[in-house]
Amino acid sequence: MSSSKQPASTSFKAPDSSCLQLDEQGRLRHFLTTEGLSKDVLTEIMDVAESFSTVSNQAVKKVPVLRGKTIVNLFFENSTRTRTTFELAAKRLSADVISLNIATSAAAKGESVLDTIRNLEAMHADMFVVRHSDSGAAHFIARHVAPHVSVINAGDGRHAHPTQAMLDMFTIRRVKNEFTNLKVAIIGDILHSRVARSQIHALNILGAKEVRVIAPKTLLPSDVDSLGVHVYGDLRSGLNDVDVIIMLRLQRERMGGAMLPSEHEYFECFGLTQAKLAYAKPDVTVMHPGPINRGVEMDAAVADGPNSVILQQVTNGIAIRMAVMTLTMGHNRVGG
Amino acid sequence: MNILIKNGRVIDPVNERDVIQDIAISGGKIQHVGDVPASFVADISIDASDKLVLPGFVDLNASLREPGYEHKATIASETKAAVAAGYTTVCCLPNTQPVLDTPSVAQLILDKAEAAGYAKVRPLGALTVALEGTTLSEMYALKKAGCVAMSQAPNSNPNSQVLRRALQYASTHDILVVLKPEDTAIKDDGCIHDGAISSKLGLPGIPTSAETVAIAQIIELAEETGARVHLTGISSARAVSMIARAQFTNNAISADVHAHQLHLTELDVGTFDANHHTSPPLRTAEDRDALIAGVVQGVFSVSSGHRPHEEEAKQAPFPSTESGTSSLETVFPLMLKLVSDGLMDWSQLVSRLASGPAEILGLDVGNLSIQSAADICIVDPKTTWLVNENHWLSRGINTPFWGHQMTGQVTHTLVNGRLVFEK
Repeated sequence: MSSSKQPASTSFKAPDSSCLQLDEQGRLRHFLTTEGLSKDVLTEIMDVAESFSTVSNQAVKKVPVLRGKTIVNLFFENSTRTRTTFELAAKRLSADVISLNIATSAAAKGESVLDTIRNLEAMHADMFVVRHSDSGAAHFIARHVAPHVSVINAGDGRHAHPTQAMLDMFTIRRVKNEFTNLKVAIIGDILHSRVARSQIHALNILGAKEVRVIAPKTLLPSDVDSLGVHVYGDLRSGLNDVDVIIMLRLQRERMGGAMLPSEHEYFECFGLTQAKLAYAKPDVTVMHPGPINRGVEMDAAVADGPNSVILQQVTNGIAIRMAVMTLTMGHNRVGG
Repeated sequence: MNILIKNGRVIDPVNERDVIQDIAISGGKIQHVGDVPASFVADISIDASDKLVLPGFVDLNASLREPGYEHKATIASETKAAVAAGYTTVCCLPNTQPVLDTPSVAQLILDKAEAAGYAKVRPLGALTVALEGTTLSEMYALKKAGCVAMSQAPNSNPNSQVLRRALQYASTHDILVVLKPEDTAIKDDGCIHDGAISSKLGLPGIPTSAETVAIAQIIELAEETGARVHLTGISSARAVSMIARAQFTNNAISADVHAHQLHLTELDVGTFDANHHTSPPLRTAEDRDALIAGVVQGVFSVSSGHRPHEEEAKQAPFPSTESGTSSLETVFPLMLKLVSDGLMDWSQLVSRLASGPAEILGLDVGNLSIQSAADICIVDPKTTWLVNENHWLSRGINTPFWGHQMTGQVTHTLVNGRLVFEK
């Protein structure tokens, strides 16, 4: 009961995100969402990622931090890039990793998510990296795993994609050094984007000066300002004085329906070109979680131009995932 | 069997009664209220001192799951829970398997209810064949078989042309039509209220307009066809004012709200708590306050919206769980809370739970008149109890109030003068 008129009973409440993903000492146990985490926790993730970032350049691209641990990538929804970076991250930490594409295995045979988890637990998995098309799936699994098992959310529905958000924060920090003076604009399909939600929480927690979203109303969730953003319906005013631009991927199936009239009109209004880049600060950083629809979300010239850090994002993704895996497994000593 | 209920506070708004009196029951009917002759010999005497003696409650909207979904609940399990919650009459929805669209299914349900021997069950027949929204059901035959109204609930309504025809046809036979106002195209794959919480959790939202657009359509068609229409499960503040306005000119429009909607909001969904996955969705605090005002002012009766589920139905990521709460057993304490908060009086409570629904359905229940069927519940308004496995009878434990302390306990329930529940 939520109202002040109903003080009677609060005994049976589901734990909120932050207590579910932190242990008694306040350390990360699962990584489900950036929402509700402290600035210290997010900073620690980036600091650990920084220390891991050299591993990929070594002759032997491995550290023995998670040797003997079994990590299961559970992808109930297809993904190539995210799954690959999680696999690489696990391997560089010396863990044993298997990736299951559940969309084409057990779930298709009618096995419930819970049964899948119980079976894999019986095989002594230590960590699940989960992607699922339902919002809340990672939380659901985290509530049901054994105490020693960690869950990392690799994207749940429209809700959260916290490792993507953290690799973006890491990339921003590497370019801009800090957050408090930054104005950041997120452009595109906010409504369906788990990446945007996780970025918005992370940017606000890290103290960004202003977070903006720029999109047509059909691609904005209701009461979006309650997430802590300023809403703009056009690029010219939305990009004014902005330090970082984050473009979102626009699913092709949203086009030509009731969401948007056409790719052409979307690009005309919300696509990023060199000319429109001039509305922002001269040293503006341009980001995109990929894969890019060139000519829909942005011009090739912008994507490949001097302001773009899109490929650095991909590289940083491995270090961030190594950091999150290490921290949630309780191996805080870097290089272990 | 003669039963004497002594010293209870009798509250019966139909007869404008609120006084400490005795009630004598014989032959399944109420024989005396107040002046019980000395010659009346009771087989059972119930001391109702410090308790309230009320007409048994009448539920406008419950799923009993039988036939077809016995893994969720049965008529016997749920009518047993109903009488323990003070209900003596329960209207069950037609979403059974097979669908309640033929007299034989209606008869099966009535037989099962009678064999169980708890509450009276009054089926709502399907408005369209298989609830598919294309072909009108044999409403006249269903009415003759004991269906007290026709309904498309909990399914979506037919397209506007079929709905118009269905209302015309129902009106021909003076049949009440019970509709859940929900525009499925606007609802789409939504699973909670479309607002700040759905945006934060990334859950597809159900805009308020999914309800109000449907209400506007139904009100217009009811007006044009002259059909008696009952809107069940209202969830939004805007809907309250729309319905109140419609009732001003059309007294054939009635509505109800599920009791839990008067207490819970979207905030209670917390972090994907599937026991708060309801249909209609829990909306904002403003909506809840407007719904309470609507109940107080008499725009609404109150129904349970009872949807018992097996445990697995709620054991999945939120959008993949089934909607609905097992709610019969929490209705009375939740309504009592409104009385103890000073928002309404006892007479209003009885009217919203018993006489109001009875009047909508045209049933001679929900009152304590002499010679009427002795459908009575006796409640202790002070006793507290915990919602847990020791105090729960419904097969479905999918309640958002699990573990909560409730105030107000039904101690006795009589159906046709038979003591069917005693605490």
